[in-house]
Amino acid sequence: MRERRSIGSTLFGILKYVSLIAASLVALIPVVVCVLTAFKTNEEYESTSVLTLPKNFLNFENFAIAFTQADMARCFLNTGIVLVVVLFVSILTGSMLAYVLNRFKFKGNAVIQNLFLFASLIPGIATQVTVYKIMYTLGLINHLYGYMIVLMGTDIISIYIFLQFFENLPVSLDESAIMDGCTYFGVFFRILFPLLKPAIVTSMVLKGVGIYNEYYMSNLYLQTKELKTISTALYTFTGPYGNQYNYICAGVLITIIPILVLFLIFQKQVYGGMAAGAVKG
Amino acid sequence: MSNPQTAAVSTGKKPFMEWLKSRKGQKWIVIFVFMLVPLVLLLLFTYLPFAEMVRFSFYNIKYTETPGPKNYVGLRNYIEVFKRSECFKSLAVSLYYMGGAIIQLALALFFATMMVFKVKGSSIFKGCMFFPYLICGIAVGFIFKFFYARGFVLDSILQMFGMDPESIPMWLQDQSINNISLAATSVWRYTGQNMVLFLGAMMSVDADLYEAASLDGANRWHQFRYIILPSIKSIVVLNLILSISGSLSAFEPPYVITNGTMGTGTYFVIMNRLAHENQKVGLACAMAIVLLAIIILCTVGQKLFFKYAFDDGTSDESKAAVRKRKRAEKAARKGGSLA
Repeated sequence: MRERRSIGSTLFGILKYVSLIAASLVALIPVVVCVLTAFKTNEEYESTSVLTLPKNFLNFENFAIAFTQADMARCFLNTGIVLVVVLFVSILTGSMLAYVLNRFKFKGNAVIQNLFLFASLIPGIATQVTVYKIMYTLGLINHLYGYMIVLMGTDIISIYIFLQFFENLPVSLDESAIMDGCTYFGVFFRILFPLLKPAIVTSMVLKGVGIYNEYYMSNLYLQTKELKTISTALYTFTGPYGNQYNYICAGVLITIIPILVLFLIFQKQVYGGMAAGAVKG
Repeated sequence: MSNPQTAAVSTGKKPFMEWLKSRKGQKWIVIFVFMLVPLVLLLLFTYLPFAEMVRFSFYNIKYTETPGPKNYVGLRNYIEVFKRSECFKSLAVSLYYMGGAIIQLALALFFATMMVFKVKGSSIFKGCMFFPYLICGIAVGFIFKFFYARGFVLDSILQMFGMDPESIPMWLQDQSINNISLAATSVWRYTGQNMVLFLGAMMSVDADLYEAASLDGANRWHQFRYIILPSIKSIVVLNLILSISGSLSAFEPPYVITNGTMGTGTYFVIMNRLAHENQKVGLACAMAIVLLAIIILCTVGQKLFFKYAFDDGTSDESKAAVRKRKRAEKAARKGGSLA
């Protein structure tokens, strides 16, 4: 009996590692090949198989071309500004809204919660046809602030995360602060907001990844060259470079590197954030 | 705040000012101030566009038109949605993405289960598998355009394993498989993220429980069936529901990799083309409304199904079982009162 189980668990161990290694390879190979290709000169790119190693791993020429051609410095700046402003504003407004919806009973509270719930069912791309028209009327197209406003307006996930978090913060905290003469503003900003830290991290992770990778709206609402964000800049590679994948791969890697570095630094928070965001069901 | 001047100017305002200073007044100020921005944004960028979309779907409109008389066409746009073969063919394309989503959930569940049991270097595996989620859609598009291109990555790998280059299909051109190739890119991108979600839910189970179970002689299957599965039921159900609307609204892979050509156009790719290239805004709006109706029907249908079958995953007892027990109790009570 004991022997059978040990055979079973050895088999299970083998299955476990083989499947995990295989999955990791599948996840990495497309990107690794991209890395190999990005370091190849034109000549090498045309003459060698994609799976061979580049001669010189210090050949940064393609990166330099990709970086200057797409004006990446500018795009990183644009994306950076959008990220900071949108994250700051939507975390503030999202947590404020969640505070009111969770802590105050008033007519219309349930209606408002349902409005947000239903909004999360509408796929973003579907309404863009008419959002475009509204943006056009308001004169918000081709302004960085216009794009930021749209991004703030489509912030439903983080409201849910905050709502759920408030659910678990005891109301007695508010009550005792009010006894001590605190106003509602004070309760929120001095007592509750600092306690929201885990929820803030979660929504920063989820929303941050979303904003960094957002393409569709950025393409619609930021059409001039100086306003391009990372993903729209990358998309410009389709035209001039067609099949010059050594340049394209370099461009792809330039966009991946910053987020990879951040991920490696904040790994724990990222996983924690993902897991916390998931429990909303 | 207590300004004697304002009070003196109009006595009518005084009760209002007093009210503002009262707890109740404070409450309403907070409610108003804190909700103003998100609500305005919600109305402006979700509900106003939604209403406009419904209105536009009855008209023949272009973007560039100045506001003025538009052509009212009644239901003609909706009829065209159902008549145009491309619109409905594109819904069939989403079936590939749905299949992909189910495979992705199954894989994620499998790997998450593997990770729950002790694994050496688990953080490395986890990192590798999660990493694709962080790459932006456009970059994923390029990576796979390169990956699938004739004679490039995938072909070279297959040849390395001794596959005849003649028998390798054109991954993106061959209409019998190109949708599978595209759906596979989304499986690649999201499996790791789903795994992290499931793993998070599984980890919330007390680790002692596994130990106790294995001491009691529960094998791996039993542990999965009786400890792991109940802990993640609700999140798996939630993800199944999300995967339907996700696959109906699949957009990025075909848009970036094949631009919707060669039978790979999903519903949104077609809609996007009609709206922004052909300027048929009315028709595109009608398409959006039809899709939204389908998504709502599917979501409600699924919710009801899971509620009926599993009681929404919140309780171990299914609705059917609850009803049966209630009926039995009722019968018992009746029997009791009669006796």
